[in-house]
Amino acid sequence: MPEKKIRVLVAKPGLDGHDRGVKVVARMLRDAGMEVIYTGLRQTPEMVVTAALQEDVDVIGLSILSGAHMTLLPRILELAREKGLGDVVFLAGGIIPDEDVPALREMGVIGIFGPGASSEEIAGFIKEHVKKD
Amino acid sequence: MDLVDRLLSGDRRAAAQLVTLMEDGGPPARAAIATLYPHTGRAHIVGVTGSPGTGKSTLVYELAKEFRSRGKTVGIIAVDPTSPFSGGALLGDRIRMQKLSTDEGIFIRSMASRGQLGGLARATGDAIKVLDAFGRDLVMVETVGAGQSEVEIARAAHTVIVVDAPGLGDDIQAIKAGLFEIADIFVVNKADRDGADRTYLTLEMMLDMGEGNRGRDWRPPLLKTIALQGDGAVALADAVECHLAHLEGSGQLHERKMSLAQEELRRILGQELLDRLMEQVWTKEWDSLTQGIADRRIDPYTAADTLLEGFLGGVALEGAAEGGDHDPR
Repeated sequence: MPEKKIRVLVAKPGLDGHDRGVKVVARMLRDAGMEVIYTGLRQTPEMVVTAALQEDVDVIGLSILSGAHMTLLPRILELAREKGLGDVVFLAGGIIPDEDVPALREMGVIGIFGPGASSEEIAGFIKEHVKKD
Repeated sequence: MDLVDRLLSGDRRAAAQLVTLMEDGGPPARAAIATLYPHTGRAHIVGVTGSPGTGKSTLVYELAKEFRSRGKTVGIIAVDPTSPFSGGALLGDRIRMQKLSTDEGIFIRSMASRGQLGGLARATGDAIKVLDAFGRDLVMVETVGAGQSEVEIARAAHTVIVVDAPGLGDDIQAIKAGLFEIADIFVVNKADRDGADRTYLTLEMMLDMGEGNRGRDWRPPLLKTIALQGDGAVALADAVECHLAHLEGSGQLHERKMSLAQEELRRILGQELLDRLMEQVWTKEWDSLTQGIADRRIDPYTAADTLLEGFLGGVALEGAAEGGDHDPR
């Protein structure tokens, strides 16, 4: 029978070619029963938001190791809200210094997972925050 | 405004949400289909299938790009497999289609097969209707990486492209039944690789023997492409348009639409009957009958008859058992 699935877009915005981590996360979430759309490297904020819109995702997970998170994440959030994706759950991962965390949370990136975050932690967080009726 | 109205006015978010609705299924999906169905039937539906790694996604991207340059709008539905263990899926077809993703004339949607065999998802047919009603001139459907019998796409598309690549098998593979029989167009992708000529010749010999004609006055064209470099995309787009013109000119488009309609109605009826039957019997006899089958006390066909009798009533079943004999006796 048909069933509702949590759909997650994982993307690597910006000029950053390190995708081992994001692939591991994608696999973790797949194993947690979610449908994971991976769009590949070097995505512009427009590409991320367009993909999220077309794929009708519940969650957008962004992996950034380049240090450009304080530039890219606000732009992506702003575009997403413009396109009516305000109810999507935003997560970030990669290398994000502690001092940036409060500002990102303030912006609406509600989950931030650095190296060492476990599969249970990330999948659990998503399941808790996505409401599937 | 209602989702379908928004779709018809060109709202991309509504298109995306409607595809999700189709995947979730149930009465809301049916109601939406009933409203949007009169607006479907205009798109040319093109299926792209072939073994994993033959370059289907890259080819779909190149083909979509070519059709965009010809002024056509394109919808793409890319199906990837669902894990039989976790129920999750990793959908990676967009990776090959990145550069198109922000073009307003392109709409790409990834779908997980959700346990459906045959190369498509259960909701793929309904997702095609959504993108058709959305006004896309072409709807391209990329199947799960197909083996030999994932031929469902032939029941959903007007034109089927089968993609092959060098090094995947000898000439016996090419004359086996299944995938190669459903092609309207053959592509040997990765034509710059070793063995491409051999693959090409093998397919050509197969076509010379009349395989793929199925009594049609259409011999599937055989094309070489190097999708990564965009080589061959123009000729492939020409072949797709040529096939549509052939279907229209020969009256076969109407025939194909009729056979698609029959297949679809039969599939829906089968599913519907099964669902309703299961609703009724699940709690009653199911457990005892399955236990009986496992213990060899009853065979599965007799068990199925027992359930059907309860569901349809003895009279209807007797008629069916007589092999469709309508004698009222």
